[in-house]
Amino acid sequence: MNTPKELKYAKTHEWVRFTSETECEVGLSDFAQDALGDLVFVNLPEVGVEAVQGETICDVESVKAVSDVYAPVSGTVTEVNEELLDSPEKINEDPYGAWLFRLSDVSCPEELLDAEAYDKFCAEEEH
Amino acid sequence: MKTLFERSVKGRSCAILPELDVPACLPARTRKQALRLPELSETDISRHYTELAGQTFGVNDGFYPLGSCTMKYNPKINEQAAALEGFADVHPRQDNVQGCLEVLATAEKYLCEITGMDAMTFQPAAGAHGELTGLMLIKRYHELHGNTARNKIIVPDSAHGTNPASSAMCGFTVVNIPSAEDGCVDLDKLREACGEDTAGLMLTNPNTLGIFDRHIREITDIVHEAGGLCYYDGANLNAVMGIARPGDMGFDCIHLNLHKSFSTPHGGGGPGSGPVGCKSFLASYLPGEKVVWEDGRYAWQDRGPESIGAVRSFHGNFLVVVKAFTYLLSLGREGVPAVAQNAVLNANYLKHLLEGTYDVTNKGVCMHEFVLTLEREKKEIGVSAMDIAKALQDYDMHPPTMYFPLNVHEALMVEPTETESKETLDAAAAAFLEIYAKAKADPEAMHHTPYHSPITRPDEVKAARHPVLRYHFDD
Repeated sequence: MNTPKELKYAKTHEWVRFTSETECEVGLSDFAQDALGDLVFVNLPEVGVEAVQGETICDVESVKAVSDVYAPVSGTVTEVNEELLDSPEKINEDPYGAWLFRLSDVSCPEELLDAEAYDKFCAEEEH
Repeated sequence: MKTLFERSVKGRSCAILPELDVPACLPARTRKQALRLPELSETDISRHYTELAGQTFGVNDGFYPLGSCTMKYNPKINEQAAALEGFADVHPRQDNVQGCLEVLATAEKYLCEITGMDAMTFQPAAGAHGELTGLMLIKRYHELHGNTARNKIIVPDSAHGTNPASSAMCGFTVVNIPSAEDGCVDLDKLREACGEDTAGLMLTNPNTLGIFDRHIREITDIVHEAGGLCYYDGANLNAVMGIARPGDMGFDCIHLNLHKSFSTPHGGGGPGSGPVGCKSFLASYLPGEKVVWEDGRYAWQDRGPESIGAVRSFHGNFLVVVKAFTYLLSLGREGVPAVAQNAVLNANYLKHLLEGTYDVTNKGVCMHEFVLTLEREKKEIGVSAMDIAKALQDYDMHPPTMYFPLNVHEALMVEPTETESKETLDAAAAAFLEIYAKAKADPEAMHHTPYHSPITRPDEVKAARHPVLRYHFDD
């Protein structure tokens, strides 16, 4: 499983890439895309929506099921990756390139995991 | 096989419709060119649909253990009753047809008795429609009591996917709570989730793992103490009908699936029926009209200003109610609990035959269904729940429900129902075991199953991402 060191992770399997102190990109981890299977549909949040850490922000659909995506941090949605609407398979092909949405005014009341801790968490989930 | 368009030959036709013998009075023509409809003879059409039917699989073809769908046999006497002229040739605008009203009134009475409810509407057309209707009752209750802040519905993670969807559709926020180790509701998590914003709880009991929640009274008490109402998803009623009543478990409203528990056809797009029952304090909010007995005859009566209004035209899928009512009369007082007992017995028998080989999620006695997990096999030999499900098609049976419930990885959810014989269950178990042995011996071959069905492994990803929903003419 691929878990880039420079990213942060939530236990709900989203990754966070900080582009500045208060801005970030959010996507689904390699572990998540592998567990979900082939994605066929992505429902993105609207720009301007307030994301609240730990709450549902959008959802993705695979051949198996529809799954909620949780906001790994709090903030305001400034941009969504519309390219994914037509090609959700990009999440399977390149999970760390296929960001879902960008946030500004990011705050992180609950601390995120680093790559090592996330890998450990996933290994436990497997059992 | 060819589509109707591919079979079409210009100029060919058939005489299914009689010639027009009244003056045509069409509005001003707006269509620029004629519709390109397929042109076929009656023989072509008949053969086309017969060929299609030959490629399908239904309860009349073989074992159909689709978990949580209760694919039981549909008795032919139900169809006979529903085809009676007095039922089939009635227009909903015809006033107070006594026989029809009596069926609705009596079916309501029997189903209320079975579920422990006080009133029922037959308007909802199927299960999810019933869920939405039930939630609208809960919403109306809180609105009329000035509790508009109650906007959250609690749904356990083992719930049917329609539960959170119906809640969201009704304008509620969904609060998902994880199950405890034993697959039942985690009481501590439920207490944490309950509060002044709780509108209600949606629960299926027995749950999707086939477990009857032993804390059911405590669960409904916790929700009631917080000021919320309790909704019972009747999808799994087959396991308890005639034995335990949702009303006695503390539920305030429910929906039933007549097309599951009460033997009317399920699936194939045929009409369903999802009646919603409730306790008397919610009855004035029910949709549609109610049947009353007054002055020695049945009559329709308006439900009054508190009703949520109609959720469907007229009286719902009336003929489906006739079929379910026929089923109830055939079963009688003793037959209804016998259904539940035999459904549970069959599930436990099949589970017993499989559990030495397959991993079963609950070790103890199950209710009407049980869940297998192929998680270990997926890791060890690369054989998934999908592979096993596909392989079963080569053994003249329909696969169980796959990848559900979501809290079990590589799940296969098996519900045999009470209408299957010991011989059928033995044959099904033999198929499951033979497939398992084959999977161990040659895992790679499992990825190409089934070998003998008309369609083997369609490209589900392509079908979902790029569905082709209309015919494209070459010219």
